[in-house]
Amino acid sequence: MVDGQIPIEEYETGNTVHEIDVATLRGEHRVLATHSFEKGEIVRGYNRRTLHVDLSKGTIEERPVTDDMIAKFTGGRGFGLKILWDSISPGTRWDSEDNVLAITNGPMCGNTQYPGSGKSICLTVSPSTDIVCDSNVGGFFGPFLKFAGFDAMAIQGKANEDVVVVIDGIASEVRIETAPLEETNTHVLSEQLAHIYAAEDTEKSRQRVSSITSGLGAEHSYWGCLNSSFYDPRRKVARVKQAGRGGLGTVLRDKRVKGVVAVVPKFTGVENNPADPVTMAKVGTKLHKEIRDLDRHQCNMRAVGTGHLVEIMDAYDLLPCENYRFGSFPKASKLYSPKFYDLFTKVIPDGCWHGCTMACSKTVDGFELRTGPYAGHRVTVDGPEYETVGCGSNMGLWEPEWVLEFNFYCDTYGLDTISTGTAIAFYMEMYEYGILNRERCDDLELCFGNARAVMEFMHRMARGDDGEFMSVAPKGIRRVKDWIKAKGWGDERLVEDCGMESKGLEYSEYVTKESLAMQGGYGLTLKGPQHDEAWLIFMDMVNNAIPTFPDKAEALHYFPMWRTWFGLNGFCKLPWNDVEPANNADTDEPSKVPGHVQNYVDLVNAMTGSELEKDDLIIQSERCYNWQRAMNVWMGRGRRADDWIPYRSMGPVTEMEYVSREERYDTALVEKAGMSKDEVAGMTVPEKMEALYQFRQDQYQKLADAVYFRRGWTHNGVPTPQKMISLGFGDEADMLRMLQDRIDADTAAGLNDWGGNYDESEDPPSDDPLYWEKW
Amino acid sequence: MSKVKIVRFHPEKCDGCRDCESACSQVQFKTTVGGNQSAIRISGSPGEYRMHVCDQRGLCLDMCPVGALERRPNGAVTLDASTCIGCQACVGFCPIGAVRKWEGRMEPFKCISCGACVRACPNEALYMEEIDIDAVRELVYHNLGA
Repeated sequence: MVDGQIPIEEYETGNTVHEIDVATLRGEHRVLATHSFEKGEIVRGYNRRTLHVDLSKGTIEERPVTDDMIAKFTGGRGFGLKILWDSISPGTRWDSEDNVLAITNGPMCGNTQYPGSGKSICLTVSPSTDIVCDSNVGGFFGPFLKFAGFDAMAIQGKANEDVVVVIDGIASEVRIETAPLEETNTHVLSEQLAHIYAAEDTEKSRQRVSSITSGLGAEHSYWGCLNSSFYDPRRKVARVKQAGRGGLGTVLRDKRVKGVVAVVPKFTGVENNPADPVTMAKVGTKLHKEIRDLDRHQCNMRAVGTGHLVEIMDAYDLLPCENYRFGSFPKASKLYSPKFYDLFTKVIPDGCWHGCTMACSKTVDGFELRTGPYAGHRVTVDGPEYETVGCGSNMGLWEPEWVLEFNFYCDTYGLDTISTGTAIAFYMEMYEYGILNRERCDDLELCFGNARAVMEFMHRMARGDDGEFMSVAPKGIRRVKDWIKAKGWGDERLVEDCGMESKGLEYSEYVTKESLAMQGGYGLTLKGPQHDEAWLIFMDMVNNAIPTFPDKAEALHYFPMWRTWFGLNGFCKLPWNDVEPANNADTDEPSKVPGHVQNYVDLVNAMTGSELEKDDLIIQSERCYNWQRAMNVWMGRGRRADDWIPYRSMGPVTEMEYVSREERYDTALVEKAGMSKDEVAGMTVPEKMEALYQFRQDQYQKLADAVYFRRGWTHNGVPTPQKMISLGFGDEADMLRMLQDRIDADTAAGLNDWGGNYDESEDPPSDDPLYWEKW
Repeated sequence: MSKVKIVRFHPEKCDGCRDCESACSQVQFKTTVGGNQSAIRISGSPGEYRMHVCDQRGLCLDMCPVGALERRPNGAVTLDASTCIGCQACVGFCPIGAVRKWEGRMEPFKCISCGACVRACPNEALYMEEIDIDAVRELVYHNLGA
């Protein structure tokens, strides 16, 4: 037996037990609306039905999924985009009555044979970005929504009081019920809901209930996340995964929804009725065996989850430390995965959906909280994943215990760890420079490393503290930048350059200063700076595999499309390349993991009975990717100016950063920017910083030029009607007209021109001012 | 110390008739076809027969996300097909390939130490041996960077 393993039959968490009085809680529920539906059969992955709940009107409707909708939008995130397009207007904002929170699954979702087949994709108009934000999440909700009878659900309108929306797949009924007594914070609420809605008082029954919840933090910030629960019968805890990005939980609470609950009867491994279940099982078993044999030698996901990245990122100067000023730090080894491994519970199957043997969802059980309303309680902490540990290093929290405390409260308060951590790191840097101080921060001493101040900030946020800083800070970096500028504190360019947000959304946790392609991977995105579209740092910076602009543009076409495909189907991205076939390095394109791409081709054909090839999957994604970009344009964003990124993601903002990596930056001025060594040697640090600044800003614009060209967009980043028609949207007249109008307006405003400064030795992607019309 | 009876093999007594497989099929699937519907498999050729069956080490117990696999009071690890959700994690992770999948059903199956194969063998090539569970017990690997 391996040291530290505990046989699961003997396992106890040691958590504080919550008394759950189901009769009293339920006794206070009033049913506001009920809709009975006829339960059909899922055929080849689709129910062919979506659910629409309007809380303002108190209505519940079913809507059909047509062949046309499947052909154009595939499922999952694509269905979410279609629902939003049909439901909102360009002026819809996060708190508008007509804003929709869509929760979708996808044709592959709920399959149990292939690891990572349980994702929901959630979409809404984000409070951070004012455009559609999509965020994917594990847990059981997506599969259960499908097993209960729906390929997607939309929640529109607002309730007058706290409600739960119950999708009861046993009674074939959807209900809106008031829920006045339940907790709002997730770690208690998700457990209450599991007990209230389980068909029987057994662990197995509770495992057939999943809820979407948020928490008190979501009510007072733009960082609200959705927690999707998956009841763990061994720990006897409703565990949760997060749809973190973009404030989806903020929208949930703005609609006065405490929870969305899906309840299902007993189900099987062929609930989706795949066309070819034998192939499903064969492909799945092949990956299980790969994970069994290779994971411990590759990413070690089964032992430590994504936390294995911390030591790698630190080694390559990519781990964000002290608000991305540095990519490594002497104390970072205190957050390496072995430190968390010591704390994680071993042995228990840790997949966030059945059959996921990659099992990256680690927990620390019986963790004693030090602060806040639950101080002294022993709880299960879900995580931390890499991103959350990266928030720790970004804020200078070098003790694993504080990262766990931060992680736990983010989850239960319904806060995105990434936005919360990245934003606090920015406030800390501003504090260090005196641009913020104790007085300006409502008496919080927000210096790097002050864990108690971080926790106090979060607890005050959850309580709805109305101090001036506490009113603006939880709205995120973009609003705080504007607030600081309005106050006239500090240097405006310094503030803009240090705050790691783009489109209003906070960055996730990678330092991108030395990888131009990854700067594009964050900036040239649909929803904002999140690494789920492309992760190109090693290809670009370490292996130098994509040296030219067209190379980088090709990568910024292929990988965002490929990664989008997971969200159309309800798949998790991790089993694609966080374990690789033993012979992957010998293949033509190891970065694409061709063996696993073939798995997905085989799986989708086995599920739907289609005969798709790998290029067809990219086309499916291109349809949705372009549709989402077009919706951004429709809502007034989605142009070159909106793909702006802060200079901290491109290079050194402060002298300290430059000097700390002086040789690297001096070399870059010579080898990349074409200056002579003597010239560089004769310059002061501020002069060298400015030269690098100008060079790298121009490089980013040239990258945008190449990427827009490759994606079939205008110089200003607008998808063209020609592109949309080629993707099969020829009959979407409203969309095509809107795009042509925007392009004409851009041309009139002189915006349809390349953004980079090209000298005689360089060519822009095209000389033709209307290059896109030929496509 | 808990005990379990597991199937053992005298290769020199086996004549390859595969009555054991038929008997197992009868227990598992109410058929006598044997082969890929049997939890015990005989392979090889006369004089070199090999027997392959679960030794009840129980690593699969830790893999099941829904608790469909249980160690029964008699020590045998059994799979409750009505609880199983067909994920194949036990199939993929069994280090000796003893949790089996038949193409006609999504839920896998395995040896339950019932002894039907032993009773069916005309040559007494199979027998049940009682062993300590701790002598075979295996948990899922989980050590960091093994």
